[in-house]
Amino acid sequence: MNTSLRLVVRDLACSRSERLLIQGLSFGLGQGEALMVTGPNGVGKTTLLRVLAGFIPHDAGKIILECAEQNASLAQSVHFVGHRDGLRAALTVRENLDLVPAVLGQSGASISDAATALNLKALLDLPVGILSAGQRRRTALARLLVSWRPVWLLDEPTAALDTASQAMVAALISAHIEGGGIVIAATHLDLGVKARELVVQSDGSHVMREASR
Amino acid sequence: MKALFALIHRDLMIASRIGGGAELGVVFFLTLTAIVPFAIGPDQNLLGRLAPAVLWIAALLSTLFGLDRLFQADEEEGVLDQFLLSDTPLELIVLAKCIAHWLTTGLVLSLAAPLLGLMLNLPVEAMLPLVATLLVGTPAITLIGAVGAAVTVSLRRGGLLMAILVLPLAVPTLVFGVAAANAAIVGPTPFGTPFLLLLATSLVALVVCPLAAAAAIRLVRG
Repeated sequence: MNTSLRLVVRDLACSRSERLLIQGLSFGLGQGEALMVTGPNGVGKTTLLRVLAGFIPHDAGKIILECAEQNASLAQSVHFVGHRDGLRAALTVRENLDLVPAVLGQSGASISDAATALNLKALLDLPVGILSAGQRRRTALARLLVSWRPVWLLDEPTAALDTASQAMVAALISAHIEGGGIVIAATHLDLGVKARELVVQSDGSHVMREASR
Repeated sequence: MKALFALIHRDLMIASRIGGGAELGVVFFLTLTAIVPFAIGPDQNLLGRLAPAVLWIAALLSTLFGLDRLFQADEEEGVLDQFLLSDTPLELIVLAKCIAHWLTTGLVLSLAAPLLGLMLNLPVEAMLPLVATLLVGTPAITLIGAVGAAVTVSLRRGGLLMAILVLPLAVPTLVFGVAAANAAIVGPTPFGTPFLLLLATSLVALVVCPLAAAAAIRLVRG
């Protein structure tokens, strides 16, 4: 897992329903680096993350994962946690997490370790359908641990979370960066993580701020 | 391969938890076959002659019933996003979902068909051939339906549209299925010829439909 890895974005332009949201975006993130995407609602933060994950095509530019390993494609190196939790309501927390390594193909921490890290121990055998929004979000975030992937794409990872859980997420992100991962998160909240900041403005322009902390 | 079994197991588990899968499909099948004698009348010979066709149409509709949800539930809950990040090709994931769907509908319908055949005065000697044609033919319907489900995955009320798209494509399966089942009762064509053609439509669907459905999912969500 310690092969040198770099996510490079060159001249990226993406649009949603004919509306150009972001253009001319270029950045590179090496191992141990994080990028926080901020900006008002509707400027395309979610779209950008979904483009990076490969769910929606981009109009121009390139997204490249530079990697010493030949066979690592971007789609198989990223984790995506978005507004829709990616959990089946009819299955329990444990069953949902059980499937993650099988579907994604990489294994990681055990379910009980991940559950401890996200304070899910008591919920493991409850169906996801009866959980609160915050509990569901924590379950979705536990995916990041049960299958190890270098790049985390997080869309509002702290949405619906209480203060204690927000700190938990910040700690997870810090640990992942220290472990040589790459994190790109769209957020309104200062997660207290040393990260570059990409501020997207309503007119489609963007500013990159260097890591401050 | 491990992912394939895990996904089949997952879908079977979901089907057993939320219900509405196997049981409802069979009840729908029962209802459809039960109303036919009311429309046709009490002519037992006529009913017996029509039975294979009626059972086949009922099986076709029961399989399609609810099939529009095949990918939609996963899409709504964001699970489809996770599938796109999988190291298992989307085509295989589609195939896994089709297998799970068939196990809870096509297989159950095929096994229930002889019992319902009794209500339609289906000749006893035709029961085994009918079950065989349904077992071989219903996978094709599930697979063809999966393509329709994939095309309509992002539509809120895609059910009817899916049926309109899929039914014409299911005609060859229906033709060969009914022909084979009828051959066992009335002849004069041998059972084997239409049965092998039915098998062929299923095999073609097995190869083509997962590819088409996966392509449709990628395209529609883009």
